[in-house]
Amino acid sequence: MTTTTTTAGGVKVVKPTVASYINDYWGRVRGGDLGTLPAILGLIVLSLIFGIARDTFFSGLNFANLFNQSAQVVFIAMGLIFVLLLGEIDLSAGFASGVCGAVVAILLTNHGWDWYTAIPAALVTGVVIGFVLGLLVAKLGIPSFVVTLAAFLAFQGVLLVLLGGGTNISTRNEFFNALNNNNLSVAWSWILAIVAIVGYAAAQLNAMRSRAKRGLVTDPMGIVLMRIGGLAVLIVVATVVLTQERAINPAINSLKGVPIVVPIIGFFLVLWTFVLGRTAYGRHVYAVGGNTEAARRAGIPVDRIRISVFVIGSFMAAIGGIMAVSRASSVDPNTGGSNILLYSVGAAVIGGTSLFGGKGKIINAVIGGAVIAVIDNGMTLMGFNSGTKFIVTGLILLVAASVDALARRRAAATGNR
Amino acid sequence: MAATPLLELNGINKGFGPVQVLHDVNLSVYPGEVTALVGDNGAGKSTMVKCISGIYQIDSGTVTFEGNQVAIHGPSDASALGIEVVYQDLALCDNLDVVQNMFLGREKKRGIVLDEPTMEQMAGDALASLSVRTLKSLRQLVASLSGGQRQTVAIAKAVLWNSKVVILDEPTAALGVAQTAQVLELVRRLADNGLGVVLISHNMNDVFAVSDRIAALYLGRMAAQVKTTDVTHSQVVELITGGRSGNIGLPPEKPADFGGDVVDITPGGDK
Ligand SMILES: Nc1ncnc2c1ncn2[C@@H]1O[C@H](COP(=O)(O)OP(=O)(O)OP(=O)(O)O)[C@@H](O)[C@H]1O
Ligand SMILES: [Mg+2]
Repeated sequence: MTTTTTTAGGVKVVKPTVASYINDYWGRVRGGDLGTLPAILGLIVLSLIFGIARDTFFSGLNFANLFNQSAQVVFIAMGLIFVLLLGEIDLSAGFASGVCGAVVAILLTNHGWDWYTAIPAALVTGVVIGFVLGLLVAKLGIPSFVVTLAAFLAFQGVLLVLLGGGTNISTRNEFFNALNNNNLSVAWSWILAIVAIVGYAAAQLNAMRSRAKRGLVTDPMGIVLMRIGGLAVLIVVATVVLTQERAINPAINSLKGVPIVVPIIGFFLVLWTFVLGRTAYGRHVYAVGGNTEAARRAGIPVDRIRISVFVIGSFMAAIGGIMAVSRASSVDPNTGGSNILLYSVGAAVIGGTSLFGGKGKIINAVIGGAVIAVIDNGMTLMGFNSGTKFIVTGLILLVAASVDALARRRAAATGNR
Repeated sequence: MAATPLLELNGINKGFGPVQVLHDVNLSVYPGEVTALVGDNGAGKSTMVKCISGIYQIDSGTVTFEGNQVAIHGPSDASALGIEVVYQDLALCDNLDVVQNMFLGREKKRGIVLDEPTMEQMAGDALASLSVRTLKSLRQLVASLSGGQRQTVAIAKAVLWNSKVVILDEPTAALGVAQTAQVLELVRRLADNGLGVVLISHNMNDVFAVSDRIAALYLGRMAAQVKTTDVTHSQVVELITGGRSGNIGLPPEKPADFGGDVVDITPGGDK
């Protein structure tokens, strides 16, 4: 079945077929490189369980809610993935998002700023927070666990101080509140769905063509088409569901269309995936996470990379905070507190990002975030209380961390290192 | 043999706090030759390599490259000059593939986007020029390679950048017989292509098999740098273990005139 081909410089390689590709993938999985597979399987199983137990779980209303509910965690998790890739941790991301959320709310409500100045101010706050954290970790050499644990406590205090001891500040800016509450029109929903599918297909086929032109080995056409087809089906089905009327009483207030937050998540997913996968900066992040000494010897500015991941981490936390405040249309001393940080770390790890550094992708935040949102949402529908939900989420995080640790051992045993 | 050295170290001193590791070390590396750097454990070989590659800063002394005195402040300075190092503890990232490792820190780009096809092609060409045919795929993660394959990748990295000097720190230490032979063959091929090669090894057979010159370090001092054809196995072993052999090497007790290029050293003179 296999044919060999000669690639760059006369190195003989096996030309992959669909069968050999799947075989290789399975080999990697067995060798400990699980990627997002456990999270995707978990997502399917959990959805089926909740769907069978409560038919409201699969309703359009609930489906749309999942996106709005999980947005904060997904954004924070995206930033955390950069930090985790370096084998570091940011325990302050939850309250950093709260602080940035408070900044935006105070500027909007108390100072009368508009969203286009208040939001950038909150983002700058996030960047400054990340820069300070990164500086302490990279230049002073304090373990990130300690720096961010201190910051966790301090930001909780900052949030209280900003809110004058514990009051709640509401936001009334329409645009701002729409971000994580309202939906795109049906027409825009479909336009974006089509743009996403065509964009993905073009990127995949283009990459394949440019490799083939150089005589390099490409993924088999069948696999590429399956990927494009799979994504297209997923997006079309989701768009069909989300563009149905889902209001309980449509006569009063019609409710349909893709939540506005979905393209925002999509934007950051594409942006950070591009940065990590296609730029030298992203390559260097992986290198520092994989082997810091090797990266240093290759001339990579290790300290700067370390600072930058904390900056990206807190920047994304700021986005998460903005989304949380928009969703609640208010900020209070517990915005970004409670289980937000642990859910975010959980999302990244459940999605397949390693706590040991060097391994992870931005999509992990979205898939892992979906798993956590489904657990939280499904168990609420089934009437479980918060206590039970925390216990179950905690156990699932433990399972994910064990999978990570075992996969690592497995990889160490199968790779020659 | 070429007359002028490609790389020349003169009077290099390097200490870590109170510990003086290198004392007035000299070394000459010639193009087209393999210079073996030998010495006991802890003699300072790896430290010397790291001084050349800019990982450590020298305390005093001069480095001359192609006749010009140069200052190497970091790994990128060294690679800009054309000095490549294959480290004892291999500087490869397990979570990256062969191509990604070979281009680490010097990625080819088109605009801001990594130019993967070009990098893959260049990596393939470099491996092919060394007649490497044992890799299954250029996109294999380095974690899944054998020790010899990892060394091969590290050495091919040096070829990729048209380096002029390649320094290899114990490249065969962890390898079996067949893979050692392969790597030594690679080392010889590098020199035959006109590069200046420094090979660090504890294995006298390897040293005598491929080197043109031998430099022996003894407790941080350069005991001697001689032509391989001028010495025997046992002389080199004496240089390594005692710092001297017959009339070559360091002076026995106090500085005495040996008429050679031996540096004047007072034992116990560390500060
Ligand atoms: N970073 C450092 N700080 C303090 N001392 C060091 C440091 N690096 C090396 N040394 C000391 O310098 C001496 C020389 O070490 P080096 O690693 O250069 O030896 P080597 O000749 O490469 O030995 P080996 O054959 O075992 O690899 C040793 O005594 C070592 O303890
Ligand atoms: Mg050494």
